[in-house]
Amino acid sequence: MMSQITNEGLILACSAIGAGIAMIAGVGPGIGQGIAAGHGAAAVGRNPGARGNIMSTMLLGQAVAETTGLYGFAVAIILLFANPLLGKL
Amino acid sequence: MGTGIVSRGVFLTGDVDIGITGYFHFEVGGQTLWITTTHVSLLIVVIALTVFALIANRAIKRANPESVPGPFLNVIELLVEAVDNLTKSNMGKRGCRFSNYIGTLFIVVIVCNISGLFGLRPPTADYGVTLPLALITFVMIHYNGFKYEKAGHVTKLFKPVLLTPINIIGEVATPLSMSLRLFGNILSGTVMMGLLYGLLPKLLQAFIWPVFGVLHVYFDVFSGAIQAYVFCMLTMVFIAQNFPEDEVQG
Repeated sequence: MMSQITNEGLILACSAIGAGIAMIAGVGPGIGQGIAAGHGAAAVGRNPGARGNIMSTMLLGQAVAETTGLYGFAVAIILLFANPLLGKL
Repeated sequence: MGTGIVSRGVFLTGDVDIGITGYFHFEVGGQTLWITTTHVSLLIVVIALTVFALIANRAIKRANPESVPGPFLNVIELLVEAVDNLTKSNMGKRGCRFSNYIGTLFIVVIVCNISGLFGLRPPTADYGVTLPLALITFVMIHYNGFKYEKAGHVTKLFKPVLLTPINIIGEVATPLSMSLRLFGNILSGTVMMGLLYGLLPKLLQAFIWPVFGVLHVYFDVFSGAIQAYVFCMLTMVFIAQNFPEDEVQG
């Protein structure tokens, strides 16, 4: 049964699994952004006058925290759409 | 498998269209160059912005300083004032010189990001667009670094000698992470919308159009505006890092 699997098929299947695993990287930024948003809400509650400043600082911090998740996303996209492993056959 | 940018995807077939499509190609010095969707949408964005700039320029030239400005002129003034205030509050009084570049960058990136609303493929969902933008920022950071800190700009890399490799990697990672952040955010929106449009039958799509509307507002407008803001903000913060201490407020 294993002999029916072509080399390309195996690489494509493993790449799909790898892309899914790479997207687990989204967990970290999710937690980080949630913490940042929570603290931002607390800060607005403490000092409603500084809402604009808190918002912009929070968004900037969240965008920076998102970077690691986007690295995982880039890996997943490369595996799905520009698979470098297929060229190795 | 096509080569590089024109490969249409391995798994997705049929209606799902999220990749960059090459329209035609030509050879220059042995290299095959493709004219792709990115070029076309970028050209449309540039033409639209040029027309807007010409109209705005005409309105400003014809403005009568003694009368109340019209709605169009008001919006332009609001935009220019917002950009001026943003650069001034982030970069101190030296920042005024940068408000031209920051304003241009912001307008181009935000229009590129929301061009998905108008049926274009967002040009910023192509790494070949975001990397040059980040490299311009990189050059500006180090030009200003050498201008204000002279040789200190190089020696500060070796400040704790043990951390030298980390400092150098940190400098190189700046344009990489900036470009990947913009690219990844816009591409993820494009991929999500493309998958949704491709997976659902056309009849069902027409039936549940409010869902698509809400998702477009989130992925194109909200996410795009935030990423344009963040890109400009980071550019300003990184450039202002090199200014002398006493000049930067807040």
